[in-house]
Amino acid sequence: MWTWIHKFGSPPHFYRIAALLTPWFGWIAAILIATGLVWGLVFAPADYQQGDGFRILYVHAPSAWMSLFTYVVMALAAGIGLVWRIKVAHAVAASCAPIGVAFTASALVTGAVWGQKMWGTWWEWDPRLTSELILLFLYFGYMALRSAYDDPQRADRASAVLALVGVVNVPIIHYSVVWWNSLHQVASVAKIGRPSIAPEMLVPLILMFFGFNILFGAVLLTRVRGEVLLRERSADWIRALVAKS
Amino acid sequence: MTVRTGVLAAVALLVRRDLRLAFRRPSQLCNPLVFFLVVTTLFPLSLSPLASQLRDIAPGVLWVAALLSSLLALEGLLKSDAEDGTLEQMVLSGQPVVAMVAAKTLAHWFVGGLPLVVISPLAGLSLGVPPAAMWVTVEGLLMGTLTLSFLGSVGAALTVGVRRSSVLLSLLVLPLAMPLLIFGARATDLAIAGEGAAAPLYLLGALLALSATLAPFAAAAAVRIGID
Repeated sequence: MWTWIHKFGSPPHFYRIAALLTPWFGWIAAILIATGLVWGLVFAPADYQQGDGFRILYVHAPSAWMSLFTYVVMALAAGIGLVWRIKVAHAVAASCAPIGVAFTASALVTGAVWGQKMWGTWWEWDPRLTSELILLFLYFGYMALRSAYDDPQRADRASAVLALVGVVNVPIIHYSVVWWNSLHQVASVAKIGRPSIAPEMLVPLILMFFGFNILFGAVLLTRVRGEVLLRERSADWIRALVAKS
Repeated sequence: MTVRTGVLAAVALLVRRDLRLAFRRPSQLCNPLVFFLVVTTLFPLSLSPLASQLRDIAPGVLWVAALLSSLLALEGLLKSDAEDGTLEQMVLSGQPVVAMVAAKTLAHWFVGGLPLVVISPLAGLSLGVPPAAMWVTVEGLLMGTLTLSFLGSVGAALTVGVRRSSVLLSLLVLPLAMPLLIFGARATDLAIAGEGAAAPLYLLGALLALSATLAPFAAAAAVRIGID
């Protein structure tokens, strides 16, 4: 077990194992998402209140979930890298940020489209929307700090501290924003009534959730391989790899 | 035989040194204050000088202006000491870096945050905040600026090794400071409406306790990374 973990932490082994795993993740994610999409968009019954408009849920909800999940993975990897000085962990944290931005942006955009349909407005200063937007800013701050350092090792460790500070702050920000608006009494935003979702709607949603998680795995593995190549570009094992191919 | 200075003595020395340095350059001391007043003046000019409208936006204006002028001063928290090597000596001095960073943050708040709190009633009055609501505003800003100094110390420490870091610093600190803005403006808002503002003030106090106990550790870790 421990030797396996140590192996996973060394760049050449990680690179090899990631290369083996990536197609599995990719194909499983593709199958799950394709099934979930077709099921959700075509076969699931229309909502009695929202009609067909609710179907964007099948992209929106998994994106929103993944935007937070990615941040937690990033902070965990950053913490591991900071404490045990594992190079691959830092590469994982670095790779998480752009993926997180993509999920967050996807959640915001699909949410805006949905909001336009349901509430009649693209943007509303609703707690959930606002905290998602702040999450996007946190990702941007993390990436900006990382790119401000020339030395990759210092960039790794400084941004790791920031990711950990951020992970403490994410719940605080979330609840502050929730309380802010519930105290404030916004006039018109009716919370989307979701009277315990029907099973024929729920199953494709679950498929999409798993699909997005595994898609995250596939994209992450690919990105980390790129990071490892970039960071280890002068290492011998990469030269051997290039010479072989 | 070397005499070891106690932690508290070292903290006191450092605070005194930073204060003395700050008072040697009074103009730099005044700049954030003037900035605070100028920014609060901008809003009546750009929105409307109507007293009723001004009172509606006053809490937000006060807090945003306080936030921005604190951010402005933040870059100086560690930068000059990092550039001339003083920070390195502090880390090498054998004193806990956490205490050193906390001392510098406190000194920074004394010269940057506290004066802002003191003149905030002036800005508040000019925006039409009733005198009855002023005390809540001052209390809120007192806790808010201190929290912001602690949060900012993390940002300043993270960007200590970066050239031209002021915009980056704002980008890092502002999202983290949003809860402050929400609770602070909320407290002033409630006080203006004549209601009890205890709840948001307690929350501000909680944020202060959290940041004062955790932020110095993060800042110390960041300082070590920044100077090695």
